[in-house]
Amino acid sequence: MTSATAAPILSSSHLLGIEGLSAGEITGLLDLADEYVRLNRAADKKSALLRGRTLINLFFEASTRTQSSFELAGKRLGADVLNMSVKTSSVSKGETLLDTAATLNAMRPDILIVRHPDSGAAELLARKLDCSVVNAGDGSHEHPTQALLDALTIRRRGRKFEGLIVAICGDIAHSRVARSNIHLLSRMGARVRLIAPRTLLPADADRFGADIFTDMREGLKGVDIVMMLRLQLERMAGALVPSTREYFRFYGLDHEKLKLAKPSALVMHPGPMNRGVEIDSAVADDLEVSVIQEQVENGVAIRMAVLDALNRGLALEGRNAP
Amino acid sequence: MTKRLAFRNARLIDPASGLDARGGLLVENGKIADVGPRLFNDADPHDPEVIDCKGLVLAPGLIDMRVFTGEPGSEHRETLASAGEAAAAGGVTTIIVMPNTDPVLDEPSLVDFIRRRAAATSKVRVLPMAALTHALEGERMTEIGLLHEAGAVAFTDGDRSIANTRVLRRALSYAATFDVLIVGHAEDPELSANTAMNEGEFATRLGIPAAPPAAETMIVERDIRLVELTGARYHFAQISCRASLEAIVAAKARGLPITCGVSAHHLSLNELDVGSYFTFRKVKPPLRSEADRAEMADGIAEGHIDVIVSSHDPQAADTKRLPFAQAAFGTVGLETLLPAALTIHHNGRANLGHILKTMTEAPARILGLDSGKLAKGTPADMVLFDPDEPFVLDPADLHSRARNTPFEGRKFQGRAKMTFVGGECVFDRAKEKKR
Repeated sequence: MTSATAAPILSSSHLLGIEGLSAGEITGLLDLADEYVRLNRAADKKSALLRGRTLINLFFEASTRTQSSFELAGKRLGADVLNMSVKTSSVSKGETLLDTAATLNAMRPDILIVRHPDSGAAELLARKLDCSVVNAGDGSHEHPTQALLDALTIRRRGRKFEGLIVAICGDIAHSRVARSNIHLLSRMGARVRLIAPRTLLPADADRFGADIFTDMREGLKGVDIVMMLRLQLERMAGALVPSTREYFRFYGLDHEKLKLAKPSALVMHPGPMNRGVEIDSAVADDLEVSVIQEQVENGVAIRMAVLDALNRGLALEGRNAP
Repeated sequence: MTKRLAFRNARLIDPASGLDARGGLLVENGKIADVGPRLFNDADPHDPEVIDCKGLVLAPGLIDMRVFTGEPGSEHRETLASAGEAAAAGGVTTIIVMPNTDPVLDEPSLVDFIRRRAAATSKVRVLPMAALTHALEGERMTEIGLLHEAGAVAFTDGDRSIANTRVLRRALSYAATFDVLIVGHAEDPELSANTAMNEGEFATRLGIPAAPPAAETMIVERDIRLVELTGARYHFAQISCRASLEAIVAAKARGLPITCGVSAHHLSLNELDVGSYFTFRKVKPPLRSEADRAEMADGIAEGHIDVIVSSHDPQAADTKRLPFAQAAFGTVGLETLLPAALTIHHNGRANLGHILKTMTEAPARILGLDSGKLAKGTPADMVLFDPDEPFVLDPADLHSRARNTPFEGRKFQGRAKMTFVGGECVFDRAKEKKR
């Protein structure tokens, strides 16, 4: 695979969200990721595609899973990877972010991976920096590589997106994973259902083309895919949900509720899981239905595909060409 | 063996169907097996047990949506058993008890306790409302789903308004998930803090700290906005002034799922009845002006107010025999609910069926109960009464453990003669000894 001759996949030099992607771009990334799944399973997992490139992992929020996935993706493609974990100070966040941007720019990175607790932070950095920016999760806005790895997991299990019924359950209101998945799945022709108590549904959720259910049993009837979302524990204790035991009773996925979905239904979770809160261990660990570990494996592959695709753009522009 | 009880020669009033006619009723195994204008008119029923109603009114047993007891926590004021005695004597067959107990009913196990305890000790049906926020503190919502499954018929902080609008919005929104009923007390906590009666000339003369009707209306208006935002089903437990009623009438006209109630004492008494610091007439919300009282009676007559409640709140000497400002709020009311409500009928403002509807069909509909009507297959909960029987209220005749009635010596017309719950006679005035 040599990037200089490979066909471009993404029209933008950044990956800030799914909302701006076409079905063709999504399919292109998934096809490419399939190749990287194969590479990752080989004895020699290393490629020299990004040799000489510098990749910075800039994480303003702790995330072992996403950060190590991007780090591994960059290293397997031969890039130099720098991890920067920045604790957000509560004062003058905006200033700090722009100051950081200026500092980073001076280091001449090629690709910046950014995770930030505020929605729109990745876009702000993309405007201020000269490199490609990948949004690894911004506030409650988007987490495009998560949606892509979910799609890859679904597709590799032989499911077609057209007509597929996907239920996304849990804290929709605060979830960037939900937003990215809604965009991706609807763009690819799947039917999305959102299942949550009203306190965890965003305003006008129905305007996103999804069907809304507050009764999980109703919402799970006949679905092909059940995507559980992580419920952040600070939303508990009476603020938006009365207690974890009540949440589990009405919105936790156990085998009894799962029976309402199609017999072939798959269960997904972006991790990390709250066992006994949003998902019963008996379901999470049931390899007949749970594809949670496959999601992690596919996460590395999809991130390699994204880096590859962005590198093609860099090569075409001739910017920082190796 | 089938257990049967026949009623003949009754004036059947069923507000749910609009029936008001002479007829009979048959009870089989605790349920109404037959009812109608021609039943047992010509031939006597062949049942071992027949009650000749002698033309008296046989109506669905009353459902009182607002009853405070002292169980658990203040059993010296009232137990579920003594409240049941009072209810039965008042023709009330279902009481909805408030969560303002000690401990507060904010746990599924406590709701379960009330149901079991009441089933074991009370003559009438007892349905608990659960707290909407933990310990009624207005900060964290309770486990609405689990409490509902445990048997809570609605959610309320009783006689407290939730001050924090964000907490209330979330609680209403979460409640809408389960389509459960929220019951609100409308009284701005700050404006009404440390007040004891209605603001106005009379309070000024008495020198009693007072709250204006606006303290109620602004919460009514606020909560209407939150209902509009969240879609929750909402019932104002009791209102007391014209402006509140106007706001609710307008909200209903907009199609919002809102209902409201008024207490029997707010229909019968005004602020002047506080007289010389009569603490049994210190209530929440306070007794209002005569104009507001008349507006409440109009609201009932015109059907804008859905429900009449007793707001039964037993208090003992330790909480009432105090200077007015220090005394507790509340009056007993289970045994005066029917007579006080009938006053509106006797004043020529509404027919009997319409008044009874506010204490039978309306609360049953709002709470989703299968009782409150004379229909085949429904529980045989009934009250037999003579609407014209005159009597003077003697507190010594009351069955409640507390005697803090605001109606001592009041002349009324109409009170329960017999009360039936599930076809069993739980009260028979003919068998009453002078207490």
